[in-house]
Amino acid sequence: MGLTNYAELAAIILFGIGFTILLIDRNLIKKNIGFAMTDSGMYLYLAAKGYISGRKAPIVVNGVTEMSAYINPIPAGLVLTGIVVSVATSAVMLALTVRLYRKYHTLNIDEIADKARKERE
Amino acid sequence: MTVALWQSIPFACILLPLFGAAVCLALPRRLARLWATFLMAAVTCMSLVFLVYMIPFGKSYNYPMGHFPAPFGNELRAGTLEAVLGLLFAGLTLICTLGGSRDAEHDISEGRQGLYHVLLLLMEAAMMAQVYTNDLFTAYVFVEIMTIAGCGLIAVRSEPGRAIVSAMRYMIMNSIGSAMFLLGIILIYDLTGHLLMENLHDSVVQLQAGGQYSQPLTMVVALLCSGLAVKSALFPFHSWVPDAYSTATPASASLLASLVSKSYIIVMLKVVFRILGTDVINAARMDDVFFVFGAAGMLIGSAVAITVPDVRRLVAWSSVAQIGYIFLGLGLHAGDAAVWHILTHAAAKSILFLSLPSLIPAGSDGSLRDLRGAGYRAPLAGVAFTTGALSLIGIPLMGGFITKLTLAQAALGAGGAHMWISLAALVLSTVLNVGYMLRCVLVFYSHPEEDAVPAAAPVRRGFALASVLVVLIAANIALLVFAQPILTAIRSGFAMFD
Repeated sequence: MGLTNYAELAAIILFGIGFTILLIDRNLIKKNIGFAMTDSGMYLYLAAKGYISGRKAPIVVNGVTEMSAYINPIPAGLVLTGIVVSVATSAVMLALTVRLYRKYHTLNIDEIADKARKERE
Repeated sequence: MTVALWQSIPFACILLPLFGAAVCLALPRRLARLWATFLMAAVTCMSLVFLVYMIPFGKSYNYPMGHFPAPFGNELRAGTLEAVLGLLFAGLTLICTLGGSRDAEHDISEGRQGLYHVLLLLMEAAMMAQVYTNDLFTAYVFVEIMTIAGCGLIAVRSEPGRAIVSAMRYMIMNSIGSAMFLLGIILIYDLTGHLLMENLHDSVVQLQAGGQYSQPLTMVVALLCSGLAVKSALFPFHSWVPDAYSTATPASASLLASLVSKSYIIVMLKVVFRILGTDVINAARMDDVFFVFGAAGMLIGSAVAITVPDVRRLVAWSSVAQIGYIFLGLGLHAGDAAVWHILTHAAAKSILFLSLPSLIPAGSDGSLRDLRGAGYRAPLAGVAFTTGALSLIGIPLMGGFITKLTLAQAALGAGGAHMWISLAALVLSTVLNVGYMLRCVLVFYSHPEEDAVPAAAPVRRGFALASVLVVLIAANIALLVFAQPILTAIRSGFAMFD
């Protein structure tokens, strides 16, 4: 039996790349991108797990009401909620990044931390 | 099941601040403050009434939101543990906001005062939701609301620069934690098909009994627990803590230290005791992970606190150590000790952060040598700080003593290497606690040098802070006087988890 779960595989690879960037990269914009990739990976995973091949999105058309014709709407609902949450989080992180860049003229978090420390002394 | 009126209180405690925050956005500055204070007081009163009804009720209940039945609808759940924690969180939010209000007026520019109160209300709504929710995904959504509100509370200070840097670090660390937590939720939903906690628990028990999916289940345990541990700033994920707590305005610092990090631990308690169950946690050896990192945090947090010269950073480092105590309790399977320490630390840490601004003279960066004789210049704040410090040290008159007692009892019950390591960590960390806390107290009550900084208070704090400090001193003492009934309520709350 060959592997067929390509979507899940892609999702986990995306998650891994994003998480690594979020952890390791020192550039704030790249950290933001990493965060977005991490979340996209997770939503792709959830959406892929929620899909049953051959079934339709749970919107009743043409009077078909058997349960077996449709997929479970909850994973899709969760993905939507999750997207809203990550939009808000990204917006906050980007706003902070803009404030930091205006003050310190760099995006490297180590340099920013150094400058802030000197400012204190 | 018919629902009595008092059983709707948790629902009101979540919705009132949530919609109140939206209303607050439209209000002018002064009205916003009044409105926020009024709502916080209302939630505190309701939580008190709820606790009074809950204790004789004697069992937990589920509250269906929107009257959809169990596997489809979203639910709240409350027992005595939730009632005690709800009252603690609501009351301390009100107290910290009132006590820090004058400093907040000074630290935060006029245009942002309204937004500051919106953030406070959002934070309160998120806390209450995390205490009462019975749905794992709802918990995630409110964890995120809490994260963003907490970031705002750090960054809201007028002075740009350091506050923003620490807010950024806080955001990065918390996004890492959220990502792990959310992936854990997605995996467990994938395994079980449920999000409500009872159904999740039943499925997890079945999976474990049948030996199915044991590797994904271990992964779920690791992701859920470590995600929340990262968010609650367990050592070694504490790098943002000292900066954030020492730059934020005093009300924000005390709220962040005493409540925000704790509410993630509340979600963690639900994950450990209600969703996964201690058997699964133990099978994955997660309890040992809590134990090791908790003990390390206790020692290293205290050891660093001894060396830092800045008193605000000292108190922040002590928070790192105190989070370690809570996780040590979890590692020893003593949930009651962990919850008790949540109460003690919340009461003690908020008193420390709120009394500090009166003690630090104007123009000082908060280093200890400027603080000589501060206890004479601000007598009430000095007494308040001393009370909080003594409680954290754990002298046998204060809440911290009961923590150490229950932890030591749990350690003796655990036996073996756990017993020796945790007893040694408790003793060492107590010695270190005495070292840094008494150092502060001794400095406050030593006579100032001739050329010492004159005491010109930048902010008139007046009656509000004084009454808040008196209430907090009383609360710290009450924690010892009423230790037995509170511990009984906590234990009965844990018994209701099954």
